[in-house]
Amino acid sequence: MNTLIGLLAVVLIFIIVFQLAKASDLMGILKGEKEGENTEGANKTQGLLLMIFMIVGLIGVVVGWLIYEPQLLQGGWSFVPASMHGVEINSSFWITTVVCGIVFFITQAILFWFAYKYRGREGHKAQHFSHDNKLEIIWTVIPAIVLTVLVARGIETWYDITSEAPEGARIVEVTAQQFNWTVRYPGADAVLGQREFELISGENALGINWGDVKSQDDLMPSEIVLEKGVPVLFKLGAKDVLHSFYLTHFMVKMDCVPGIPTQFWMTPTVSTQEMRDHRNNQEFDYELACAELCGRAHWNMRYVVKVLEPAEYKSWVASQTPFYENVKASLAPPADAIPAGADSTVTVPVEGDTTKPSIGEKESDTNVISSL
Amino acid sequence: MAELHNPAIEVHHDDHAHAHDHHGHDDHGHHELNFIEKYIFSQDHKVIGKQFLILGMAWAIVGGLFSIFFRLQLAWPDESFPILEWFLGGWAEGGKLSADFYYALVTMHGTILVFFVLTAGLSGTFSNFLIPLQIGARDMASPAMNMGSFWFFVLSSIVMFVSLVIQTGPAAGGWTAYPPLSALPQASQGSGLGMDLWLISIALFIISVALGGLNYVTTIINMRTKGMDFFRMPLTIWAFFFTAIIGLLSFPVLFGAAILLEFDRLLGTSFFLSDIYVAGEALHHSGGSPILFQHLFWFLGHPEVYIIILPAMGIVSEVMAVHSRKPIFGYKAMVFSILGITILSFIVWAHHMFVTGLNPFVASIFVLFTLLIAVPSAIKVFNWITTLWRGSIRLNPAMLFAIGFVSLFISGGLTGIYLGNATLDIQLHDTYFVVAHFHIVMGLAAFYGMFAGIYHWFPKMFGRYLNSTLGYIHFYVTLVGSYAIFWPMHYIGMSGVPRRYFDFTVFNQFNQYADLNKFITVAAIVVFFVNLLFVINFFYSIFKGRKVTVQNPWGATTLEWTAPINPGHGNWEGDIPAVYRWPYDYSINGRDFIPQTEKLGPNESEDHDIGSDTPKPTEKVPGENLH
Repeated sequence: MNTLIGLLAVVLIFIIVFQLAKASDLMGILKGEKEGENTEGANKTQGLLLMIFMIVGLIGVVVGWLIYEPQLLQGGWSFVPASMHGVEINSSFWITTVVCGIVFFITQAILFWFAYKYRGREGHKAQHFSHDNKLEIIWTVIPAIVLTVLVARGIETWYDITSEAPEGARIVEVTAQQFNWTVRYPGADAVLGQREFELISGENALGINWGDVKSQDDLMPSEIVLEKGVPVLFKLGAKDVLHSFYLTHFMVKMDCVPGIPTQFWMTPTVSTQEMRDHRNNQEFDYELACAELCGRAHWNMRYVVKVLEPAEYKSWVASQTPFYENVKASLAPPADAIPAGADSTVTVPVEGDTTKPSIGEKESDTNVISSL
Repeated sequence: MAELHNPAIEVHHDDHAHAHDHHGHDDHGHHELNFIEKYIFSQDHKVIGKQFLILGMAWAIVGGLFSIFFRLQLAWPDESFPILEWFLGGWAEGGKLSADFYYALVTMHGTILVFFVLTAGLSGTFSNFLIPLQIGARDMASPAMNMGSFWFFVLSSIVMFVSLVIQTGPAAGGWTAYPPLSALPQASQGSGLGMDLWLISIALFIISVALGGLNYVTTIINMRTKGMDFFRMPLTIWAFFFTAIIGLLSFPVLFGAAILLEFDRLLGTSFFLSDIYVAGEALHHSGGSPILFQHLFWFLGHPEVYIIILPAMGIVSEVMAVHSRKPIFGYKAMVFSILGITILSFIVWAHHMFVTGLNPFVASIFVLFTLLIAVPSAIKVFNWITTLWRGSIRLNPAMLFAIGFVSLFISGGLTGIYLGNATLDIQLHDTYFVVAHFHIVMGLAAFYGMFAGIYHWFPKMFGRYLNSTLGYIHFYVTLVGSYAIFWPMHYIGMSGVPRRYFDFTVFNQFNQYADLNKFITVAAIVVFFVNLLFVINFFYSIFKGRKVTVQNPWGATTLEWTAPINPGHGNWEGDIPAVYRWPYDYSINGRDFIPQTEKLGPNESEDHDIGSDTPKPTEKVPGENLH
């Protein structure tokens, strides 16, 4: 019923506006408006309206910025992001914003000002002005120089961020699937055990080869826990479709691609507790989100990330038991047998066998994966 | 008959007469066509242009309505809207949109607007309508192929429309159709039959683009009238020319990608698939790369945004010159900046893929080329602004939309400088910042170009005027609404809120913009309705608008205004006019304008930056090449 009334109201408004517009055009014709021409009055009205739009609009942009900028991220882009490289992204952002902001205000103001100032008036003639090579050169060279600076800075920062992870960076493997994440830590040996996608089953979500000794100390916690100040290398993958590993506050984003390992390293600099205090919100948690459309529940892949102080981190690690302990019992016969659900032709590699690289060992080539 | 000196015209005329097995070989222009020949299976470029426009408008309403549906969900995720159930039935049971169908709507909104409205509806309409009229030709090089171009668009439209009403729904993997999601029916309902139909529809659409594009290029190269050398063409024609070239070079790549994707789906090949475990099963696909599809897709996808924006730029340049009563500033710089954009458009595609694991060095090359595109874009903006300077501007709806275009192009172009920078893209990629950027710079700006063109050439198309009061209302509400919808999205995006989210309430970090989301939705609804008002104005004015009684109401220099008010098939009744000067002689020699058809006076030289390569009036007739 409400819908019907709403629709009727819209139709009624349409009819009224339409009739008024028809009358207004007719009036113009009766007043002797020349076909194709605008009267001086019409030009003035339109010119003024454009000026009002420009002035109100530019003020709106400033006010909007003042209101919303402090709310962006964790207290505005001026706040130090929770990761080391985030600071660099941040300063690039500010440089770009200042440059673009200046250009934006000047060009918009001139555009609308000219439209108003040079509106058609009686007795006023346009000036034929077809080209000026000097002007053209000026506004080719200046943008070129400014952009060169932005490109140079952008690329420099980009190389910093995408450089090799430092020695001793902690490895955290994150595997995406519809519609959640599975996390694996390499355990005490700092090496992830082997995985095969053919081994994936209901019990073995990642297709871990339990026969590989390196996998037997791997941890599979239900949240991502990081140590403040220690570089971490995320090794990313996906089981079914594309996903994207996205940590807003750390300014980390990298797609998870089935069949092609990707990675991203960063150093968290603000612990969860520090961020809670800063935001006056003890409920706050860093959240991992998916940033690549992956199906009907793409929006629902929340996963908590915690950054702990070094001492807390140590005790957290100590409290974890390798995932192998949970599944050992169900893996019969024990020791180096073929895992449940696996194809019997898959040979179980012994320790040190590197003929078949697994995701955990592809470190060196992930950087050059571009497929083309 | 005496009027047929131009051999090109004769050829065309004969073809035409034979095609209809008509006896009146000689009486050009008096040859009776029945209703179907004249309005449905017409070979007249003007009718075909109007057909593209009207079908494009129909799709724009559908695509726009879809955006209103999903905006309702984003603004009021907990409310239910009975009207949704009325429109969508089981997809919105109880008035609540299902997540599956939300993604279907998003996907269809993108596909429809990008391909059917802003490619077919914009370039299809104006290339068809204006190319022969502005270069002085009776029709396209191949009117039959031209008709085919429209009817392939119709076929494509029908297939896409069918996909909207099938049980599993239309494609739901985004307009980019990235595999594996788009390849695996197990992964998404929309990846079933809906995806097959999407791929078939796009393939048919690409055939339409190819048929049209070949015609545009051939016509512009071969069928210019006497004296119409390249540097006497209006900027509209330059823009359509390069648009067609981009389309011809890039759309076939998407055609290939679509076929390979269909092979993966139907035949079990592994072009784009590898190591997949889905729905409790490890698939046999091995060795393919989902990233390869993205390369192929964006090799079209990025040039596609220039296919959309270049015609709008051409239209705006022309409209601005006419209504400022001034030559477009820096004609040649405008031509070369279109050429620069055309070339660069082919080597920037991977800026859509900075966070796919692309090699950082490769990415940095794409950063360079991407930001380089800002240079020709900046030249164009400064030239438009300078065109206004010391003009005598007629602020009618066409001109207002042209000014609005420049404003939006500046706003959206500047945010491109953020996104083209791989460093900033890490944070901004796939957030609302991107949504704001591309909607403003290619969506809205292209729409404004289209509106400028419609208000400007409506009198030529239908021999009547649009109601200008409604035009003003349309402009201001749309302008304010455009910024009201998309400006706040920059803030939402800067705080990292991802796009393509059905519901933000799950995440504490994305859930703080409920008010802005409501504001945006209300603005979108208002803009949608005011554009419906435009559609009403359009159809009403075709039949009841004020009649055009003068041949050249805007006082324009170009050739279409030398044709009769309601030109028949063949455009000019007598000889095709010859051209003696460039199209921008406004406010010169004490005159308001000098049409292109007027010979240079004894003391006159072509006063603009054409320089020494000005052709002599003894030019050969381009049409002779046909023999």
